[in-house]
Amino acid sequence: MREAKEPAIQSRPKGTAKPQTGNTPAQSTTRLTGAEILWATLVGEGIDTVFGYPGGAILPVYDALRKFPVRHILVRHEQGAVHMADGYARASGKVGVAIATSGPGATNMVTGLATAMLDSIPLVCITGQVSSKVLGSDAFQEVDITGVTLPVTKHSYLVTRPEDIAPAVREAFLIARSGRPGPVLIDLTKDAQAAIADFDFEAAAAEARRHHPMRSVAPDAIQQAAELIRNAKRPVILAGHGVMQSGAEEQVRTLAERLQIPVASTLLGLGGFPATHPLSLGMMGMHGESWVNEAIQNSDLLIAAGMRFDDRVTGALPTYAPKAKKIHIEIDPAEINKNVKVDVALIGDLAEVLEQLLPLLSARTDSPWLRQINESKGDAAVRDITNLPDNGHLYAAHVIHDLWRVTDGKAIIVTDVGQHQMWEAQYYKHETSRSLITSGGLGTMGFALPAAIGAKIACPDREVWVIAGDGGFQMTACELSTIAQENLDLNIAVINNGYLGMVRQWQEFFYEKNYAASPILSPDFAMLAQAHGIAGATIQQRAQVVPAVSEARKLKGPYLINFQVEKEDSVYPMIPSGAALHELIRRPSVTTAHLGHNPIIETAEDQ
Amino acid sequence: MLHTFVALVEDKPGVLTRVASLFRRLNINIVSVTVGGTERTGVSRMTIVADASPTAGHRIMASLYKLENVLEVDDVGQLSCVTRELALIKVAATVQTRSHIFELVEVFRARIVDLAPESLMIEMTGVESKIEGLIQVLTESGDEILEVSRTGRMVMRRGQHTSRVLQAMRVPGYESSGSSQSEDAALEPDAVHTQPAD
Ligand SMILES: Cc1ncc(C[n+]2csc(CCOP(=O)(O)OP(=O)(O)O)c2C)c(N)n1
Ligand SMILES: [Mg+2]
Repeated sequence: MREAKEPAIQSRPKGTAKPQTGNTPAQSTTRLTGAEILWATLVGEGIDTVFGYPGGAILPVYDALRKFPVRHILVRHEQGAVHMADGYARASGKVGVAIATSGPGATNMVTGLATAMLDSIPLVCITGQVSSKVLGSDAFQEVDITGVTLPVTKHSYLVTRPEDIAPAVREAFLIARSGRPGPVLIDLTKDAQAAIADFDFEAAAAEARRHHPMRSVAPDAIQQAAELIRNAKRPVILAGHGVMQSGAEEQVRTLAERLQIPVASTLLGLGGFPATHPLSLGMMGMHGESWVNEAIQNSDLLIAAGMRFDDRVTGALPTYAPKAKKIHIEIDPAEINKNVKVDVALIGDLAEVLEQLLPLLSARTDSPWLRQINESKGDAAVRDITNLPDNGHLYAAHVIHDLWRVTDGKAIIVTDVGQHQMWEAQYYKHETSRSLITSGGLGTMGFALPAAIGAKIACPDREVWVIAGDGGFQMTACELSTIAQENLDLNIAVINNGYLGMVRQWQEFFYEKNYAASPILSPDFAMLAQAHGIAGATIQQRAQVVPAVSEARKLKGPYLINFQVEKEDSVYPMIPSGAALHELIRRPSVTTAHLGHNPIIETAEDQ
Repeated sequence: MLHTFVALVEDKPGVLTRVASLFRRLNINIVSVTVGGTERTGVSRMTIVADASPTAGHRIMASLYKLENVLEVDDVGQLSCVTRELALIKVAATVQTRSHIFELVEVFRARIVDLAPESLMIEMTGVESKIEGLIQVLTESGDEILEVSRTGRMVMRRGQHTSRVLQAMRVPGYESSGSSQSEDAALEPDAVHTQPAD
């Protein structure tokens, strides 16, 4: 993300009867309660929607809400509030805001904060706190939430005086969205919410934050990078989440096209480079296709663009891309040489760095390397399950493939965590940034439903689909009620395999099929939806998939489809954790897949 | 290996926790940390000595800078600095057994700051090895050490140097603690170079 910009929206609460904040800059100071200052500052920062849940320690804030033009979405669990703010932020690129009360309300936010922290999502979370006079006395619903959340927030504040609220909130927004974005928590004592202070939005503006002093793009490093790129015979671009955070889609595409460099994406990078582009290889890492990981292993230059060499994409580090020089373009200096030692580090905003780099690079037309990669695909594409004739079984891959076809690849897909998440990444071809919303770093089950609510509210004109497993869906299924209350037009596909599927798969491969605690009983999801007044259907046949998806799209309002898919299906290919990228478990061949062919671990050398 | 960082931080509640929490998260042991005032109001100075792999310095520094309350960080490991530690040492001693301790204190340029019938207290400032030297000599001469309180290392770079000068002042092959000590021995007027001959 670029350096924080001033919000476009003005500070004054609009259309508010009272309190009247000054209408002219000359009289910009007003006396307000702390609670009013909070809302006025949020409005000033451009916020018109928040996700929250009330309680004793935050009641003054809720009491003041009616005076401000802010839509409050009442959630069913505070974890949901943070995931909604997160989905809102991921879909829109703006800062998401969540609110909760002290104690249990605040601790319920922790998983949401950690999810946002690991995926660098800009959030401002507000918690109520007991009065400053009793802080530290184990008062009713007192929890040291700034202490609890220290490792899972980018920064946090404990605010005890009303005059400190506006500066804290404004600084929180700046911190949340500048540099490498992240969640910021503001803990507001009840007395600070109730007391009165002067409010002046402009005067509360945060001082410009210092740049991280180790962020630097040395001119000779740029020259060196250009030299490496010019000389590379087998280069690969590794496109990560930073591509969209920085808004560097154009620059990455120009780099790839000008020098005919293939692009592999991380899970969070999907969509940053169009999936159907001829230079797009697809997803790398644990469940990446064999040719993607082979290309990385055989490359002589990796250009890492806004990604952090997560263990899920590198596999075993000692054998990772051993022949490749590495250029790391990254905004966070602490990521440099953390997992993978690089030859050139360009530490800065991706789009800006590429703007400096591109003028030094001239076009290349022919690339034997691309032909080599295409040849290495071999029969892998043919083995693809979507090419399997209808054999009476419903596979999750079919559901997702059909969903992609029917929605023309244009929906915002919000996934949960598990097998269905990987199938989504493999079979839904994302053409644009922010069209896939998924918890990558933390892998938080229960993320999808609430995050999709946030995404739909951020982008009301977009088609939004939840893809969740039967396990993860039940973790936050209570938010169905929020969808009903807000009458949100979003669609839900539950990929119901009767198992905690990803756990079952690991048990099958690595624990001798000891399915300990992975079979899971579920309610009838369509009936559960109906209990909320939400239309639903249950699908068992492949031929019914497209009609059901079309029906859901036609209906204005929420719709849930319970897809009862093959129970013991696995995600292929798979690199066992800790193995090298080329030591993969391949997809069984089409002819034996339906016979329950036992996958064997084969290495690239075995072919 | 021991790394020494100087961090200038905002003087606000919770800042020490944030810094300490960072080291904990990285699973790095803090050997010592000193915090106190600076020439600027509202700014505290921390000297952190941490035991981490030789290559960890960059990441620790980069991570420290990510904390919003941290204003400036210096990895002084390789640089020429003055290093000091303050120690208070309480030794069991009676009127009859005191006198040899007085002599030791004299040789080490330490001071006696409290005298009680059964004990005395020594105050001493210097590089770590000097303090350890005094403790060792006291132990070897059979004195019972009752209490020791050490502040941990404080460092300050010498002079106002351009990077070229600093480079020139680096003692090749020396590690952080070693280099500053040898500098001290060479340049510091009041240095006690060695433990007294036994
Ligand atoms: C909150 C949480 N608990 C546990 C896990 C570990 N885990 C990862 S995938 C998975 C199974 C998910 O099952 P389901 O939601 O049915 O999806 P499927 O894999 O079957 O598609 C589990 C338990 C997790 N990622 N998150
Ligand atoms: Mg499942």
